Amino acid sequence: MPKPDLRELPATQGQPSPEQSVGSGARPTAKPVRHPDSLKGTILKVVLLGLVDAFAVYILMMLFLSQSWPALAVSSLVVLAINWIYLRKGGLPAKYLAPGVLFLLVFQVLVVVFSGYIAFTNYGDGHNSTKEDAISAIQMTAQKRVPDSPAYKASVLTKGSDFYLLFTDPSGKAQLGSSEDPLTEVPEAGKDSTGKATSLAGYQTLKFQEIVANQQEILKITVPVSDDPADGTLRTADGSTAYQFKPALNYDAATDTFTDTDTGSQYRDNGKGAFADANGETLATGWKIDVGMDNFVRAFTDPSLRGPLLGVILWTFTFSIASVALTFVMGLFLAITFNREDLRGKKAYRILMILPYAFPAFLSGLVWSGILNPEFGWLNQTLLGGANIGWLTDPVLAKISVLVVNVWLGFPYMFLVCTGALQSLPSEIDEAARMDGASAWRVFRSIKLPLLLVSVAPLLISSFAFNFNNFNVIYMLTGGGPRFADTDRDIGSTDILITLVYKVAFGQGTGRDYGLASALAIIIFIIVATISAISFKQTKALEDVN
Amino acid sequence: MKVHTTLETQTTRRVFAAGAISVAAALALTACGGSASTTPSSDAAKPDLKAAGAGVITMWVDAERSPALKDITEKFKSDTGIEVKLVVKDFAAVRDDFITQVPTGQGPDLIVGPHDWIGKFVQNGVIAPVELGDKAAQFQDSSIKAMTYNGAVYGIPYAIENIALLRNTSIVDSKAATLDEVVANGKKAVADGKAAFPFLVGMDPKQGDPYHLYPLQSSMGSQVFGKSADGGYDAKQLLIGDAAGVEFAKKLASWGDAGEKIINSNITNDIAKEKFLAGESPYFLTGPWNVPDVQKKGIKLAVDELPTAGGEPAQPFIGVNGFFISAKSVNALATNEFVTNYLTSESAQDSMYAAGGRPPALKASFEKAASDPVVEAFGKIGATGVPMPAIPEMSVVWADWGATELAIIKGQGDPAEAWTKMADSIKSKIGG
Repeated sequence: MPKPDLRELPATQGQPSPEQSVGSGARPTAKPVRHPDSLKGTILKVVLLGLVDAFAVYILMMLFLSQSWPALAVSSLVVLAINWIYLRKGGLPAKYLAPGVLFLLVFQVLVVVFSGYIAFTNYGDGHNSTKEDAISAIQMTAQKRVPDSPAYKASVLTKGSDFYLLFTDPSGKAQLGSSEDPLTEVPEAGKDSTGKATSLAGYQTLKFQEIVANQQEILKITVPVSDDPADGTLRTADGSTAYQFKPALNYDAATDTFTDTDTGSQYRDNGKGAFADANGETLATGWKIDVGMDNFVRAFTDPSLRGPLLGVILWTFTFSIASVALTFVMGLFLAITFNREDLRGKKAYRILMILPYAFPAFLSGLVWSGILNPEFGWLNQTLLGGANIGWLTDPVLAKISVLVVNVWLGFPYMFLVCTGALQSLPSEIDEAARMDGASAWRVFRSIKLPLLLVSVAPLLISSFAFNFNNFNVIYMLTGGGPRFADTDRDIGSTDILITLVYKVAFGQGTGRDYGLASALAIIIFIIVATISAISFKQTKALEDVN
Repeated sequence: MKVHTTLETQTTRRVFAAGAISVAAALALTACGGSASTTPSSDAAKPDLKAAGAGVITMWVDAERSPALKDITEKFKSDTGIEVKLVVKDFAAVRDDFITQVPTGQGPDLIVGPHDWIGKFVQNGVIAPVELGDKAAQFQDSSIKAMTYNGAVYGIPYAIENIALLRNTSIVDSKAATLDEVVANGKKAVADGKAAFPFLVGMDPKQGDPYHLYPLQSSMGSQVFGKSADGGYDAKQLLIGDAAGVEFAKKLASWGDAGEKIINSNITNDIAKEKFLAGESPYFLTGPWNVPDVQKKGIKLAVDELPTAGGEPAQPFIGVNGFFISAKSVNALATNEFVTNYLTSESAQDSMYAAGGRPPALKASFEKAASDPVVEAFGKIGATGVPMPAIPEMSVVWADWGATELAIIKGQGDPAEAWTKMADSIKSKIGG
């Protein structure tokens, strides 16, 4: 994306004209580089725009070849819009905004809209693609080799633009056929040294390379073995061997049904993204359909989810509020302590304080999970003299452990933030208050803390939002466990909403269900957004007081 | 003068734009022409492989196995001119990536993985069956059986893996037939001060480990699913909650934390391995993947048959690794040729064995590898095993099964009650 350059600046003040540019001479301080029409700048602009356009053309060609017409149309419009914005004179705000807006659309809006859309579908295991894909997958897997049927050697021949298969059965008999022409014996076929029929007068024999070059057509050839469809058809998968296949299910496009060739039972579209027979038996492969609000309804009505969901929501709040409060209190306390001017070795202490923050949270989670092992963990073994305390396996202790580890991980951040905020407070305030006879506690409570909160409060809110979705700590430390006894889902007493969503989405136990997971994610978003909005409003009030 | 410059650049812009458009148009036209010319032409001296999308076969493979495939892919390229591109993927995520990417057309032509992925793959319609024909007879029966799902073979097997009982012969010198003997030997070793743990099996302290405990369970006559008419597992016949299963649950409680402490829920796989390597236990129930480290450590090792706990044969789950073909491969014919005629070759299976150390699925390769007594022992034990169920319903079973076993080992609640509740829960989930 070409960066709009400062040479265009005068455009905001009106139509650029040579006079106006020359007018820059009226301001002796203006640098000559900022001239709107400097040759270097224009060339740079042309080159950058050219690169963007070249890349765009490449993408458009790819879209054209893959026949993605809607994407092609949208992309072409975007390219035209970009060129129009940067080639025309004036319109400077657009030149600044265009790249940002474009990236916002691609990386934020599109993703959000897409996952929002998934919440209204049954996308997940068994409902993975389109109905056409499902039908062709079912047809493909329904092809069964006829039991005890012989293996044929096969050669691929062409005549004109038609493909034929030349088969040699185990007795050496050569037969020719294609999808249209049933199998006929051709005793005059030429054979190679292994006895495989390879050529026939009037036909061209394809070499392997030619077979591969035409593989799609060759794979489609199904040669009826006889007039009786029960005998099946001959097909080749590799161009050199062929077997007799018979479908276990037949698809009828007119009625949109699959019929079992053995039992005669019919499978129809059951409206839920799968083919089902009268008894409700469904075929393995289904497809993605829109299900409306079903996923949201399920989140609150599914008996295996309803009960635990409430517990999980409560714990999520407890966890995130307690995490923010504890880390803030601890960080602030340490920040004040290490802010004392008479403290020696402050730098060394500060570096030590920051260390937990420097390790990746998921790694720390794993390490702590080892430290807290009831029998072999360092905590019980070394510190508690071999006591067998189930830090991560008892529901209450597990919650406490998760909080403690999260505080250990999170206080350095608060420490950093508070140190910064404290150091930016003017020292005169402190002195003035002391002169008035205020105690240290009074100074802190009435002066420093309110001033501190003005700058720290927004960070506390974002820290709350972060901890609300603090996946790493929970997943690596306890995996959400210990499991609840009253649900058959894999949900446990330290699961927060985001780990619950992960488990639903990536199928710990019940198969992946992206639809339900997206619905839950939307619910989480609504909760976090509401709380953040209210909190920010409160923060504004805080600023007004000051 | 400035006006002049502006005019000049504007002209440049126009020329440039015109040029770009014409180049693009020309490229687009040639590209279309290329892909449209797929009608057979016998005059074509050099068939355009690329035009048919056949220049390259893509295979997703993990880092460990990728080098083992280099020779065979080079041979394929020199024979056919088709390149097999090995894309190294993270093994933990590759199954889910495959399921989501194949429908978009972005997936590979081939993927390497264990056979119990088949159920999920078929449910999502992302793999195609392969027909091995007579070649099937050249493979171990159990490996072909494992690759068979709903009556069709879906993958080309190359290795079989299963667990066995590793024994440190310098602590216990004779083979035991039953678990009671194993436990007695182990306890004696602990009493004699030769070991700290009578018996080791790795356990996930969060999820349990039904895979490693299954031989003990099956030796008491308890299975997970019954078989349907075509020999595959039938999700409708859930057997896990039967009387034998409840017996196993009671036994498990007696081995657990509240009982004899033979099976310890706090011993993870890593801890178990560490303790066995330190010579702190005579027995370690594990798979071939831990053997190289044990040998490196210089421990005198014997690979014993799995001990029975209830008198019936202790059948481990066998996992069969193999190659699967994408249902949406644009290269299906070339891929089939590579899979059925190259990957089934002895040399390919040999080099996969050299890289992974798991007993090969091809009989000829296995016989060569079996000159190593460890491979032979694992192979023999594997021959008595049952394929790990590949049906999608199995993922429901794992979670409940592991959690229940874990609770029983910890001595939480009544084992019989917990086991029956687990079976009911699994049944309701499979049904719904």
